[in-house]
Amino acid sequence: MLARRIIPCLDVRDGKVVKGVKFRNHEIIGDIVPLAEKYAEMGADELVFYDITASSDQRVVDKSWVSRIAEKIDIPFCVAGGIKTVEQARIILEMGADKISINSPALTTPELVTELNKRFGQQCVVVGIDSFFNKETNQYEVYQFTGDESRTQKTNWTTFDWIKKVQELGAGEIVLNCMNQDGVRQGYDIEQLKLAREVCKVPLIASGGAGAIEHFTDVFKQADVDGALAASVFHKNVIEMETLKNVLKTEGVEIRPC
Amino acid sequence: MSIVIIDTACANLSSLKFCIERLGYDVLVTADAAKIKAAKKVFLPGVGAAGAAMQIINERKIPEVVRELTQPVLGICLGMQLMTEHSAEGDVDCIGLIPGEINPIDAPEHVRIPHMGWNTLSTIPEHPLFEGITKDDYFYFVHSLCAAPSQFTLATCDYGQTFSASIAKDNFMGVQFHPERSGKSGAKIIKNFLEMKA
Repeated sequence: MLARRIIPCLDVRDGKVVKGVKFRNHEIIGDIVPLAEKYAEMGADELVFYDITASSDQRVVDKSWVSRIAEKIDIPFCVAGGIKTVEQARIILEMGADKISINSPALTTPELVTELNKRFGQQCVVVGIDSFFNKETNQYEVYQFTGDESRTQKTNWTTFDWIKKVQELGAGEIVLNCMNQDGVRQGYDIEQLKLAREVCKVPLIASGGAGAIEHFTDVFKQADVDGALAASVFHKNVIEMETLKNVLKTEGVEIRPC
Repeated sequence: MSIVIIDTACANLSSLKFCIERLGYDVLVTADAAKIKAAKKVFLPGVGAAGAAMQIINERKIPEVVRELTQPVLGICLGMQLMTEHSAEGDVDCIGLIPGEINPIDAPEHVRIPHMGWNTLSTIPEHPLFEGITKDDYFYFVHSLCAAPSQFTLATCDYGQTFSASIAKDNFMGVQFHPERSGKSGAKIIKNFLEMKA
């Protein structure tokens, strides 16, 4: 049986792993390669490296760390942040990344998703979506440039319309980051993810809000997501990977043992 | 012993190279016919779309070289698919090393495509490539098309349908999953292949 995936996310800024709360106040967690190795050995199913500065300050940062990670780890990993062209994606994939994830550039240039699909195949193309629940309009809204508070802006897309659109464009996987929940460890946004699941026919990865083991159980059982992404609970050792996977297995969630 | 990864200009060359190096072997990435022919073990990697990949390897005259090989050859993911006769992806003729064809995974509506993630094998052969592998081993799969089970199937996997997780004929072997990204279980497959008697 296909296992549900546990995916630690390492936010990268200037070659270091950082973590902020609600996308703000980033603190340094550690160096990329040793952390990547640690997570792979602990039993992570996949890793995401998210260069949080790249997309918002209009530069392409040095990505040489991608090949240093590929040399060391034997599980798949995805690189996100600042990939705006097919050529930039090619370089990252050649350095050994298994997938590339695009977020803001997909909103600015939707045809990029299709071009990436044609060149590298659907399986490489992940679209990240930053979604914010607007209590006033009662709508889930897609945001752009969330790596930089000063440039973060709302788009005209509602989340579920954008999920449908990126699948038409050729996305092979969707990471739905529920911004209201991010970094506060109060649980995944089950309600939103359930709604997303209804319109998402490709693998769906939950992001934002993991704080306890039961949050993972809930998101797999209730929202039927394919993977759950989390950062701070792993960086700060709030949750131990082996314990998490044992509990999930006991709860009847298909999981790859550590 | 020389080990060659055929340079198919596909994206997973580095991860395969690193995996072989982690096992303590030297490996050469090349499209040079003489070097490929001289190798003891040959890898045919691939990710992406079959149509585009066949175009690239045809331009490099790789099919002609591979067909002549008598040493063990292991195709990985798209590389395995290219070993068959035909792929529905781009309606393209493949290299034709192992009989069979590649078609979209025949999955009911609720089964998500691509098949992406860690899965177990439903049948495991008595074959040197799978020595030490059990139904508890998970492998990393990423694909939307597959080879249906046939007499050339080594191992199967279930996702929507039962399909060939591995196929083989004579010295040609292929795996649909990515052993280079499948942790210790995947490394075991690569090691088995490298240690296999020609």
